[in-house]
Formats: sequence, C-alpha cells, structure tokens
Amino acid sequence: MILKEFRQLRRDRRTLAMMIAMPVLLLVILGYAASFDVSFIPTAVAGPDVAAVTATLPKSFHVVAANPKPDSAWARTELRDGHASIAIIGAGARPLVYLDGSQLFTARAALGGLGGSSPQSRGGLGGSSPRVILLYNPDLKTSYVMIPGIVGVILVFVGTVITSLGVVRERQAGTLEQLAVMPLRPADVFLGKIVPYFAVALADLAIVLAVGTAIFGVPFNGSVPVFALGALLFVFVTLGLGVLISSVSQTQGQAIQLAIMTLLPQVLMSGLIFPLSSMVAGVRWIAYLLPLTYFTEISRGVMLRAQPIASLWAPFTYLALLGAAVTVLATLRFRAFLAPKAAR
Amino acid sequence: MTDWGADGVTIRFGRKTALDRVGVRVSAGKVTAVVGGDGAGKTTLLRCVVGALAPGEGTVRRPDARRTGYLPPGGSGYEDLSVEENLQFVRSSYRVDVQLDDYLDRAGLAAVRGRLAGRLSGGMRRKLGVIAAMLPGPELLVLDEPTTGVDPVSRADLWWLIARAAAAGAAVLLSTTYLDEAARAARVLVLDAGHTLAEGTPAEVVAAMPGTIVAVPGPPDDERERRRAWRRAGQWRVWQPDAADGLTPDLADAVCVAALRRELAARGELADA
Repeated sequence: MILKEFRQLRRDRRTLAMMIAMPVLLLVILGYAASFDVSFIPTAVAGPDVAAVTATLPKSFHVVAANPKPDSAWARTELRDGHASIAIIGAGARPLVYLDGSQLFTARAALGGLGGSSPQSRGGLGGSSPRVILLYNPDLKTSYVMIPGIVGVILVFVGTVITSLGVVRERQAGTLEQLAVMPLRPADVFLGKIVPYFAVALADLAIVLAVGTAIFGVPFNGSVPVFALGALLFVFVTLGLGVLISSVSQTQGQAIQLAIMTLLPQVLMSGLIFPLSSMVAGVRWIAYLLPLTYFTEISRGVMLRAQPIASLWAPFTYLALLGAAVTVLATLRFRAFLAPKAAR
Repeated sequence: MTDWGADGVTIRFGRKTALDRVGVRVSAGKVTAVVGGDGAGKTTLLRCVVGALAPGEGTVRRPDARRTGYLPPGGSGYEDLSVEENLQFVRSSYRVDVQLDDYLDRAGLAAVRGRLAGRLSGGMRRKLGVIAAMLPGPELLVLDEPTTGVDPVSRADLWWLIARAAAAGAAVLLSTTYLDEAARAARVLVLDAGHTLAEGTPAEVVAAMPGTIVAVPGPPDDERERRRAWRRAGQWRVWQPDAADGLTPDLADAVCVAALRRELAARGELADA
C-alpha cells in the first residue's frame, strides 16, 4: 500500500511539487512579507517651517510631500489620495496632525512615533503636543480595513477557483468536445461559461458589501460607480485567471491546486493583512504583480477615504491592462481548446 | 445523395501513428460500423470525421456543424441537468424546433424526463446521449460506441433508435467492439492499430477472406497452427489458408482472420502459412 502510494505520488508531479516546493516558497515569502512592523511612514508636512518640522520627526517618518502654506485641505487631500499616511500642519507647541486610519498598522506606528499609543496621549515632534485627528477610521477598527479587502478575496474565490472548476468539469466529462463540434462559436461557449460566474461574483460582491456595512458598520464614503468599475475590472481578471487555470488543468484536483496557488499569495501579500510598506523590496515587487493588491487599494480608497477615480488611475490602469491581457490569453487558450487539435 | 467520410487520413500523436491512410465511406440512409479492439483507432477516426481532430494528411467530408450529430466516447449529457434540460440545451444550441416528446417516447425516457441525467441507469444515459445526437435531425450521425457497457435490452433499444435515424435519411457512422452489431451495418471498416484490415459490406468482408476455417476440439498441438487458432463459443477454430472445405465463415471469423494475417505477416509467417 505504501509503495503504491509512493508510486502514484511520484507520477503526480504537481502534487509533489506542491508538497515540497510550496512550503519552502511560503516560508521564504512569508518570512519577508509577514510583518506588522512599519518602518516607512509617508509623511506630508505643511507650513512655513517644513525643515524644522522634518528635523523633529522620528526616523520612520519620511517626508514625501511638503507645502509651505499651512493648508489643511491640501493635507487632507494628500491623505485621501494615499500619497501620505500622516500630515503635519504648522509647527510650534501644538501642530495639527492628520492620520489616515484606513492604513491601520501605519496609523498605529505613527501614533507610537508621535509618542503615544492613542490619540489622547502624545508627546512626539520635538516635545510639542500635537493635536491628532484620525481620519477615515477614527476608532482604528480592524473590520474597517479588512472588509473592503475581503470583498476582493471573495471575488478571487468565485472568479478564479469556482470558474476553473466549472470549465475543467466540462472537460473531464467529455462534454467540452461535444460543445466543440456543435454549431456554437468559441466566443459563445466562452461567454456561456463565464457569464453565470460573473453574475454570481457580482451578487456575492453586493451581499458582502451589504453585510459589511450593515453588520460591521463599515462606511461606504466614496462613489458607487467608481467602486463598481474597479470591481468589474477585477472580476474580469479573476475570471480570466480561472479560465487560464482550467486550460492547463486536466482534472478538477489540478485546477484546485493551481487556483489555491494563485489565491494564497494574493491573500498574504496584497496588503490585505500585512502592510506593503513592511515587506522587503523583492517581495513587495511580487505583491505589485498581484491583482488583489490593486483591488484592495481601490476598495479601501473608495469605501473609506472617498478617493476619486483621478487619483486611482494607477490601479485602474493596471487592472484594465491585466484584465485585457488575461482575457485575451484565456480566450485564445479556450479557442485552441475548442478548435480541432492539429494532428501531425 | 452525398457520401460523407474520410479518405487517406493519417493522424500521428508524436511518434505514434494513430491512423495510417484510413478511409471510410458513410452513405445517407445507411449505417457504417467501425470495428476493432482497444487502440485500433476507432475513436480517433470518428473524432476526425466529426471535426474534433484535424487530420495530418488526407481529407474529410462532412456537412456543417448544424447538420452533424455526435455522441462522444462515454457521452451521455450533463449529469446535473435533467433529461429534458439536456435535450432543451441541444435544441437551443442547434436552433431546431422539434418536439422533445417524440424523442423521449422513442427512447422510452418520457417517464424520467425530469430526472437528473446522473441518476439514470447506464442504458438510459446512453439512450439520452443518442437521442441528443439525433435531435438536430443530422445528415451525418456519428456515435462512438453507443452500446458499450449497456445491457442487452438497452442495446436492442439503442439499435432500434439508430435504425430509425438511418431510415430517416441520416448517414450513420458508429464504432463498436461487438461484431454481431457490426454485421447489421451496411458497411464495415475493420481497424487494427491504426491500419485498415478490411472494408466493405459485411458480405464483401467475409467473401474477401482467403482460405477457410475448420473447427477443432482443442488447441492445435503444432505451434504454427496454434498461432492461426482462436477460441469462439466454446470451440476452437483454425484458419486454413489452403483448405477448400470448412465452416461457413461469418463476419466475426473474417475479422479474426484479418487480424491473424496481419500478425502473421509481421512475423514473416504469412507466405508459408
């Protein structure tokens, strides 16, 4: 029995690779990615004494934007658009500090850097006593930052995992070949396969958002159409990935393995759990390739900070390009799947 | 009427030649059977005729997809759709306006029209697959082993359905491992390891068999003769290339002899056999 099992395992190379390579890969990646320590806090400083304020900042605070006028509207915009996580306005005994509560761990680290663990106790900035206002998530609730990201995880689950299974099931049952010789265009079959999953993914999205806002009180401050556009692009990417996975999988087991291999890194490395700024540069670049990284940015930005589409052009562009590339690739693979296989 | 089929088709998968210059003719209103053992190339030929596989060499004649019905190997509809839903899907895909009741009645599936295909017996599932392939009223009906693994009563029902399709004018091409079924067909193509062993009407295939067959009580003692012998229905039969008198051969005998001759030729024993 043991010998038989080893023989089968040896021939199931994907499972073997998953059993041996995945733990090593996960250990290495997570070793560098799994960190709540924030060492880089993007900071905006407004007021005539930028240099003086900068000199008093703790080491982890890095000034990324400065304005010689003590313009609080400018400072809030810097936070809203995600350019900075903390904005300091004015100097002297009681400067005004805005903190972006949607960047949970960065906000907590910034509070610590200011000399206190809560908005009520402070003493940083060269001995001054800043007045701190927490924006977007005043109570620093974890649910506020997790639920917009979890929406994305659910879309990956339905879009990639379930879609890949649906297509492979057809292949395993032999019905895909029957579809190939029926008077249906490949595009008809492709759309016919993904539209139901697309609809289910959107229904899931609506349910999760409704539950998130009704039960967990997560605010939806931004524009619904902007959020919907981001979700739409993201669903395209996840569905395309699902079809791609199905096109290289012979069985539902293989499809599940591959789908999990795309889901797991996205959950762990997209900034959903661990802040991107805490990851070492190499791992962070991997995170920047993952679609969930961009959807999390969009969903948190729109839901919590009411971020406008103009300042979200980068994640929107990336998702649009990735969606187009994945959809084209998936369609081509699907067409090849349905077209008569060239015998030599 | 148009004959469908293939001419000189060669298909290779890597280094393996699955079909070597194989041709088949499928006439309207007739049943053509492709017979052969496992790995003979039956499914490959049918997939090629129906358009699921492109031939490396040779030509295929088939009507367009709207006028072609196909039962793939093991095909019997979607398990998680009911019998009626399966047929509705085929009807809408082919955009034909047919009464499903007729087909359900013909196949004896009217009483289980609401049952999930996955909960049907093996015979019922194959009947569902066959009527789904027949539903578009195809000019060319291609059925891959429609009766394999099916009980004798269901086999008879399936053959009745197939005969009805041919009587309605369809050119039927089916594969089977049962030689008694092949004997009912108008034409037979016998394949072995991708090569054509025999082709023609069952009578032509039998008539083309050289020599004769004798019945013996047990396996022959002579080793060479034993290589020309096979067991059938509790007795041994030996092919005698030069004898004049013997049993009246049927299609099963002719197919066995064709396979033996190929084997003997490969061993270089055919000339003196």
